[in-house]
Amino acid sequence: MSQTDILVSFQGVQKTYDGENLVVKDLNLDIRRGEFLTLLGPSGSGKTTSLMMLAGFETPTRGDIVLEGRSLAKLPPHKRDIGMVFQNYALFPHMSVEENVGFPLSVRGLSRAEQRERVAKALDMVRLDGMAQRHPAQLSGGQQQRVALARALVFEPKLVLMDEPLGALDKQLREHMQIEIKHIHESLGVTVVYVTHDQSEALTMSDRIAVFNDGMIQQIDAPEAVYESPQNSFVAHFIGESNALHGRIERIEGQDCAVRLEDGAEVRARAVNVAGAGSRTSLSFRPEKVHLAPASELYPNALPAQVRETIYHGDHVRIRLAVAGNEEFMVKMRFRADRPIPRAGERLEISFAIADCLALDPLDKPVRALAEAS
Amino acid sequence: MSIAATGLKAELRRAERARKRRAFLLVLPLLLFLIVTFVIPIGDMLRRSVHDTELAGVWPRVAQQIGDWENRSRLPDEALFAALAADLAESRENRSLATAARRLNYAIDNGRSLVFGTARKLPDSAGSWKQAIIEAEPRWGDVELWGAVAQASGPLTGFYLLQALDLKRTAGGDIVSVPSNQAVYVDILLRTFTVSLVVTLLCLALGFPVAYLLATLPTRLANPLMILVLLPFWTSLLVRTAAWIVLLQEQGLVNEAMIWLGLIDQPVRLIYNRIGVYVAMTHVLLPFMILPLYAVMKGISPAYMRAATSLGASPTRAFVKVYLPLTAPGIAAGALLVFILALGYYITPALVGGAADQMISYFIAFYTSDTVNWGMAAALGAVLLTATLILYALYNRLSGSAGMRVG
Repeated sequence: MSQTDILVSFQGVQKTYDGENLVVKDLNLDIRRGEFLTLLGPSGSGKTTSLMMLAGFETPTRGDIVLEGRSLAKLPPHKRDIGMVFQNYALFPHMSVEENVGFPLSVRGLSRAEQRERVAKALDMVRLDGMAQRHPAQLSGGQQQRVALARALVFEPKLVLMDEPLGALDKQLREHMQIEIKHIHESLGVTVVYVTHDQSEALTMSDRIAVFNDGMIQQIDAPEAVYESPQNSFVAHFIGESNALHGRIERIEGQDCAVRLEDGAEVRARAVNVAGAGSRTSLSFRPEKVHLAPASELYPNALPAQVRETIYHGDHVRIRLAVAGNEEFMVKMRFRADRPIPRAGERLEISFAIADCLALDPLDKPVRALAEAS
Repeated sequence: MSIAATGLKAELRRAERARKRRAFLLVLPLLLFLIVTFVIPIGDMLRRSVHDTELAGVWPRVAQQIGDWENRSRLPDEALFAALAADLAESRENRSLATAARRLNYAIDNGRSLVFGTARKLPDSAGSWKQAIIEAEPRWGDVELWGAVAQASGPLTGFYLLQALDLKRTAGGDIVSVPSNQAVYVDILLRTFTVSLVVTLLCLALGFPVAYLLATLPTRLANPLMILVLLPFWTSLLVRTAAWIVLLQEQGLVNEAMIWLGLIDQPVRLIYNRIGVYVAMTHVLLPFMILPLYAVMKGISPAYMRAATSLGASPTRAFVKVYLPLTAPGIAAGALLVFILALGYYITPALVGGAADQMISYFIAFYTSDTVNWGMAAALGAVLLTATLILYALYNRLSGSAGMRVG
């Protein structure tokens, strides 16, 4: 990757509000030209603060942010030429849709005719032509969202920031807008930095996802990589669903390792993030990668389990198992006519491949609970 | 279907009726209170500005006969003179002559001496009352005098309202301006509006930054500041005004401080003139500007200013184009509140203003309690009320499109 492909780089950026706690700890991040980068993390993880520093509404306590080779330290927000879509849209209520979208053009001193033309084009892009004379209060949530999008894009900024822009919409509209924003990004080629705490939104839209926790980037990768090969327990449990089993490393063999679980059983796992023999580890399993069958050539690892509960989901069944002391071990099972659904209380064996059992750093608190509490 | 629908509507009405009755009963005490203490007295006061039976009450015969006087360019005939003689004699008997004299004195120069003089010189009987009365007081031979008597006889009169606008009606019925040495009320009305407008602008200029500070500071700091803003509310109006007298007088703190700083050599007159009125009234009315502004500013999300700057507007431009229009309802409410309260100000200008700074309420109080000229007091009140309503309508029309409509 050459230097010119990088639009923005955070260089050793730190931020503290009270002089004691760092909200952002040593952030080093390169944003590539034209990419859709999502900053994903629970609230308080530093993702929004990072976005606000990029927009210019917060100043880094230490470090620098560089946009196209130019330091942003002394550049006030209105000179940065960065479009931004706010959480509650922040449409100006006293202006019509046309005036809202035309605002960035009028402050740049464009002629009336040119303003009208570009506003019309932008409204056409978000499929809001014919709404130009309305006021924000007369629009639905989804329409307001589109106006905010048009307003942030109409002055053709190199970079567009979006701060949880879909948070206020209902689920169906949100999914629809995700695709639409994705398409707009593809057709304009603009660089987008998108902040969300919704992992499915991040997986759907992004070219790359930066997973934030505790003021640090835990992992930055393509969506598939973040989901399939999480680098630590936080990422494994924050993105998608994961089951955890705890144990100790017996020995490391190349890229794999043998792990002694708390109940004494031994399994082989992929050694992703482990300290060495004798250290504690948490194994992470995706619910859809665990099979309700005895060990086989493809799935050499096997553990005894007992069914606690089955939950019907239409296209699949979720089965809650007790495995090696974990009473909340979830397995997803697709319907198959030749395979009966196990009943509560039944004892059976589960099996999985070595590559689907990741040995990661020891997990002390359940990540989901941690994310939801904050 | 339609039968079912009407049945449904009737049921709905029945169900609503009990609720409406309860709501009405809840507001009833206040409604009665307002009718007795507000609507009726004000209605009566307004009636007094056009309804005038003072003269007719003591001179009933004249009031009745003067209706028959048709050709007003010629003197009335014997019957009216006879009625005047009878009324004069009777009111002299029952000591109501002073009332008639006072009422005619408003309308006629030296009306008082005319009435008393005629009554004194009038013979007990006469062949022609017309001749006798004109002999006793030649001014009764003047048609204009009779015109004034006719207007004063009521029961409806425009006399007070016209006078409140520095106008009068001639004997011929034309409305003309009073001589400029008698014209005072239009000046007073204009002065009232000027003082109110200046005070409103001062309150806006001083209150806007304070409201902005209050709305943007964290609650921990904003609350004590809010108490400082509300402090004037908790002090008696008289105490506050007296405090300004102490501060602003020639040996007061402000003058001495300015002399000490070398800004002035001689004490400046800051009180018992317009400056004193502006200072004291602005101080008293400031909270009425700050509170509505604060309430509106508190509701403006900081995201709007951020959005404006992120879209390329400089902070000044973002303020003018985005923040200021969003505070417009607060400005409108505060300005209207301060302006209308200022219009009726009485104590403050009376205490810290000079003779040329008294506002219309001062004269209303003067006519009500000093000269007992209720007609004039009512007319000034009616003129003030009308002028205020017109301004309010104008204001609403102008500000309606800007989203600043109040009420």
